[in-house]
Amino acid sequence: MERRLSRRMFSNLLVGGGLLIWLGTILQAIFRYVIPPASGQVGSLSVLAAKTTELPPNSGKIVRYGSSPAIIVRPPGGEVRAFLAICTHLACTVQYRDDLAHIWCACHNGHFDLFGRNVSGPPPRPLEELQVVTRGNEFFISKRA
Amino acid sequence: MKTQNSKVWQWFEERLRISEIVRFLSHKTVPRHRYTAWYYFGGVVLFLFGVQVFTGILLLMYYTPTPEAAYESVRFLVGEVPFGWLIRNTHSWAANLFVLACFCHMFSAYFMRAYRKPREITWLTGFLLLGLALGFGFSGYLLPWNELAFFATRVGTSIVSTVPLLGGYIGETLKGGEMVTGLTLSRFFGIHVALLPLIAVLVLLLHLALIQRQGMSEPISQQHHSSQEEAIPFFPHFFLREAMVWLGIMAVLLALSILSPWELGTKADPFASAPAGIKPEWYFTYMSQALKYLPGRILLWEGETVGIVGFMLGGLYLLLVPLLDRGAARGKPNPIFTIIGVCIILFMVVMIILAYTVG
Repeated sequence: MERRLSRRMFSNLLVGGGLLIWLGTILQAIFRYVIPPASGQVGSLSVLAAKTTELPPNSGKIVRYGSSPAIIVRPPGGEVRAFLAICTHLACTVQYRDDLAHIWCACHNGHFDLFGRNVSGPPPRPLEELQVVTRGNEFFISKRA
Repeated sequence: MKTQNSKVWQWFEERLRISEIVRFLSHKTVPRHRYTAWYYFGGVVLFLFGVQVFTGILLLMYYTPTPEAAYESVRFLVGEVPFGWLIRNTHSWAANLFVLACFCHMFSAYFMRAYRKPREITWLTGFLLLGLALGFGFSGYLLPWNELAFFATRVGTSIVSTVPLLGGYIGETLKGGEMVTGLTLSRFFGIHVALLPLIAVLVLLLHLALIQRQGMSEPISQQHHSSQEEAIPFFPHFFLREAMVWLGIMAVLLALSILSPWELGTKADPFASAPAGIKPEWYFTYMSQALKYLPGRILLWEGETVGIVGFMLGGLYLLLVPLLDRGAARGKPNPIFTIIGVCIILFMVVMIILAYTVG
C-alpha cells in the first residue's frame, strides 16, 4: 500500500514539477519580454544644444538629449548651465522663467535656482546637471563624468 | 401564428432549455426597503460598460496608435467623419460617468455592509472592477496624444514609479522605457483595448455569477423590515425600472456629449515644457492634489513616497474591509467603519474641489 502510494506521489511530483517548470519558463519569457531593454543611451553623448545667438542673457531653451529633454539656461549675468529638464517631483518638463530668473515646473509649482537646486515647492531633489562645453559660438551638452 | 411561435419556442427549448432560465428569472427578487434605489447603480455600471465597449469598437475603426498619427486620426474622426464627434464625446463622457457609477456602487455597498459574510468574494471582485475602471481611464487618457494627456501620463507613471520596491519596474514596464514615448502609446493602446477588456469581462462575469448565486445583500438595519412577500420580482418589475434608469442615463450622456464636447487640445510635444494647469482626470485629482500639499521630505522619506504609501494603505483598507469588520457578519455593525467611509469620501471630494478651484 505504502509502496503504491509513493509511486503515485512520485508520478504526481514528476507531472506537477514538470508543469511548474513549464509554467515558470513561459512566465519568465513573458516577464522578460514586457520589461523594455535599456535605451542604449551612451554616457558620453554630446549634443549641440544652442548657438550663442539663440541664447541671450536671461533665457533658457529646451533641447533633446537622447530620449530625455534637457534645459540650457543663460542667467542675466552668469555662466551658461544645463540640466536634465525632468522635474525631480513627478517628471514634468521644467522651463526657464525670465520674470523670476530661475527654473520652474508648471505642473506642481516647483522652483529650482540657477544651479538646479530645489528651492521651493514639492521637488525633493536638485535637477541633474549636465556639462556645458563652448566650441566657437556653439554650446554642447553632455553628462558629467 | 401562435402555432408557429410555439414551434419556434419548441425548437429553442429542445436545444437550450430556455424555460429553466425563465423559471430562474421569475423567482429572482430584489429586496424592497428604504435603500433599494442604491441597487440600480450596479446596473448603471453594467450599462455604461456596454456603452464603452460599443463606442470603443467604433472609435477603433479610425484611430491610429502611433505618436505621428494618433492626434491627427482623432482630429480627423472628430472633424471629418459623420457623427465621429458624437462617438468620441459619448465615449469620453461615458468613461467619466462609468467611474462615477463605480464609486457610487462601491460606497453604497460599503455603507450597506454588503461585503459581510458570505459576500467577501463579491466585494473583492467589485473592488477589482473599480481598479480596472481606473486603469481604463488612465490608459485611455493618453491615446489622443495631446499635450494635457501626455504630461498627465508623465505625472501618473511617475507616481507609479514612486511605489516602494517594485514601483520602478512597473513604471518602466508601463512606459516601455524611461520616458513616455511612442512605445508607451503602443502599450497603453494594447492595455486599453485588449488586456483590460479581457480581464474586466472575466471579473464582471464572476461578480454577476456570485450575485446570482448568493442573492442581493440587504442592509443590516433593514433585514427585519423587508420580507420575501414584499420583495420586487426582478423580471419584469425591477428590470423595467432599471431600463428606465438606463434611458435616463442615455439622455444625460447624449446631452453632455452634444452640449459639452470633449476638447482635443494641442498635439503633444515630448520635448516642450509642461504647460501650467496640467491635471489628470477628476478621479485621479484627489491623489495628485494631495501630493501637491506634501513637502519635499517627510522625516527620512520623500514626500510623494509617503503620500503614495498612504494611498496604498487606503486601498488595502477598502480591499480588506470584509475581514476587518467582523461584527457586520454577526449583525452588529461597528460605526467606526461608517465614520472611516465618510472620511474617505470627504477627503476625495475636498481634494477634487480644491484641484478645480485653487488649482
